[in-house]
Amino acid sequence: MLHTIALIVENRPGVLVRIAGLFSRRGFNIDSLTVGATDNPDYSRMTITVDGDEVVLEQVTKQLNKLINVIRVSELDPAESVERELVMIKVAAKKEDRSEIMQIVSVFRAKIIDVSPRSMIIEVTGSQDKVEAMVRLLRQFGIKEMARTGRVSMVRGAKVVNP
Amino acid sequence: MGKMSGAEAILECLKLEGVEIIFGLPGGVLLPLYDAIYDSDIRHILVRHEQAAAHAADGYARATGRVGVCLATSGPGATNLVTGIATAYMDSVPMVAMTGQVSTDLIGKDAFQEADITGITMPVTKHSYLVKDAKEIPRVFREAFYIARTGRPGPVLIDLPRDVTVNELEFKYPEINLPGYNPNLKVHHLQIKKAAAALMEAERPVIYVGGGVKYSDGHRELLRLSERIKAPVTTTLMGIGCFPEDHPLSLGMLGMHGTKYANYAIQEADLILAVGARFDDRVTGKVASFAPQARVIHVDVDPAEIGKNVRVDIPVVGDAKSALAELAKAVEDKPWSPWNDKISGWKGDHPLGYAKDSETIKPQAVLETLYELCPEAVIVTEVGQNQMWAAQFFTHKDPRRFISSGGLGTMGYGFPAAIGAKLGCPDAEVFDIAGDGSFQMNIQELATAVVNEVPVKVIILNNGVLGMVRQWQDLFYEKRFSSTTLHRVPDFVKVAEAYGALGLRATKPSELEGVLAEAIDSEVVTVVDVIISPDEKVSPMVPAGASLSEILELEKADQPGGLQKSYAVPAATEILELEG
Repeated sequence: MLHTIALIVENRPGVLVRIAGLFSRRGFNIDSLTVGATDNPDYSRMTITVDGDEVVLEQVTKQLNKLINVIRVSELDPAESVERELVMIKVAAKKEDRSEIMQIVSVFRAKIIDVSPRSMIIEVTGSQDKVEAMVRLLRQFGIKEMARTGRVSMVRGAKVVNP
Repeated sequence: MGKMSGAEAILECLKLEGVEIIFGLPGGVLLPLYDAIYDSDIRHILVRHEQAAAHAADGYARATGRVGVCLATSGPGATNLVTGIATAYMDSVPMVAMTGQVSTDLIGKDAFQEADITGITMPVTKHSYLVKDAKEIPRVFREAFYIARTGRPGPVLIDLPRDVTVNELEFKYPEINLPGYNPNLKVHHLQIKKAAAALMEAERPVIYVGGGVKYSDGHRELLRLSERIKAPVTTTLMGIGCFPEDHPLSLGMLGMHGTKYANYAIQEADLILAVGARFDDRVTGKVASFAPQARVIHVDVDPAEIGKNVRVDIPVVGDAKSALAELAKAVEDKPWSPWNDKISGWKGDHPLGYAKDSETIKPQAVLETLYELCPEAVIVTEVGQNQMWAAQFFTHKDPRRFISSGGLGTMGYGFPAAIGAKLGCPDAEVFDIAGDGSFQMNIQELATAVVNEVPVKVIILNNGVLGMVRQWQDLFYEKRFSSTTLHRVPDFVKVAEAYGALGLRATKPSELEGVLAEAIDSEVVTVVDVIISPDEKVSPMVPAGASLSEILELEKADQPGGLQKSYAVPAATEILELEG
């Protein structure tokens, strides 16, 4: 089962290595990992998607908490949070396929951000389900390249995960 | 305090942290720091190999409870520390390891003697720092010592590029500000209440104690709790000495080479109170069949240990000493129970022991004789059979008097650790119980001990083989002794003499007591070469991957061992003999 963990970490060199190293050393499976600055330049926020049962999740959380550079560890309940991923897909777009591709883009509220005679780059933002559905539909035309940011997630309402 | 160089600032930090002694070996990038050490009051012990610097700092830390400090140069000096750092990490020993590094402008250029030591040691340190600016030195050292000694202790590495030790800074020792590090020492009273109720309800409780009780100085509280509720106490290798082994409620050590009665007690217990222990595989045997009837209370300062290896019913996060003190207050006195009688029966039926021999010296007898002659000794061990015999046949009664590499199982640890322990506790009689294999892994430190006049005593249980591995080959690999024979080379008496130490030898049982007495009386570094049989085994034994219930007796005991002395029991019945 996939779990989403939001981490607030000190923005220092080597912190990412410590976290990645911890996962590989303890045999935890990372499904995705994103990292970026927070509003406070001293801290970064990571979103890690982990595959495992409750016991694994508990160990991951506890081991992460032991790292000195990790300030906060929060598991985000999917029912109470919004999650998004941004994906760029370069899809083969022959003349006869273009209008169908554009219809799919429109249905998914995605965007075409580059067009060339034989391909298009489509930008889609959404939950994992939405992204997967779109990728499945586009596969018939030929996906030449795909770049995903990995999941970011935030709790709904007034609750915050801050340092 | 004014301007000073990075090197001077480092020594100022060490002084402010109360460091009296450091173990190290210089090198190119450390020249500025060693130049400052030349004028310093801090004692520097020059080792002959950096690994020994780390082990000596570790032995010093375990014997005194203070933070051990070691120092090595960049590249190979730093990588030579790694085994020692990993040893300290596995056994939660407070240590600060300083390494030299190439100048900041050369980092990443594969410079001469460059190694990414913070990267290499990341999995075996509690935390590490690469200091990029001399101004960071006070903060980094303050944090490093604080992190090393608080919460669950552990080694912290500080990597010091050459230019950082030369550049000047305005020295100010800052306050600790670590928002991501808040060791939770205070135990939750509700969990204590639950645990105390479970202890009162239990009919067959066992207290299982690890190194955490030693590190928190909780042995008195442990004794009080155990005596109030008449709960038997078993210790791990790291917990040895936290409970007096001559006490009627002592079960000795549990696990692979633990006592039969400790393992039986665990398997029949209805409640296990684990304190500062981590359910290591050498303790639990097959984890699925470990303590099948028991509820588990687990007290640990490190929340990540709780639920890591076994399912826990009542978790208690916090300092072992305060948890034990709170528990001892929360329970009521209980009488001696049928459970206590049952355990006494097991103790009588299955004592630790060994077959006597008038021709050959028995290693078990060496430890028993040493205990009779010098019961207050600090026992440091190497790793393997020597370690297990030292755990089993010396009667341990005080914490911090048994020092051994448990988690990592580092051969070569004992001798340098003994040097560190002796420097930390100069009034104690410190013995390294060694094998001929282990001792040769850091034998060069005889020079360190002799030159610095650190009179440790090494007792080599010399079987001419790598005994523990050979024992497994004997039992599980059809006596195919692949690469475990050392051919009784070298002559350890001559080696000792070559280094300027006293060399003694015992080959017959009749010589043993005299030679040990001479070693105890000796005021110089002494090596005692005790010739034992290569076929001698550590018994009893739980085969790897087996349940604790499947513990085997490998040697017919006609000589009850140290732990049974107060019971004076006859020979064991029910013995499974594996060898002729």
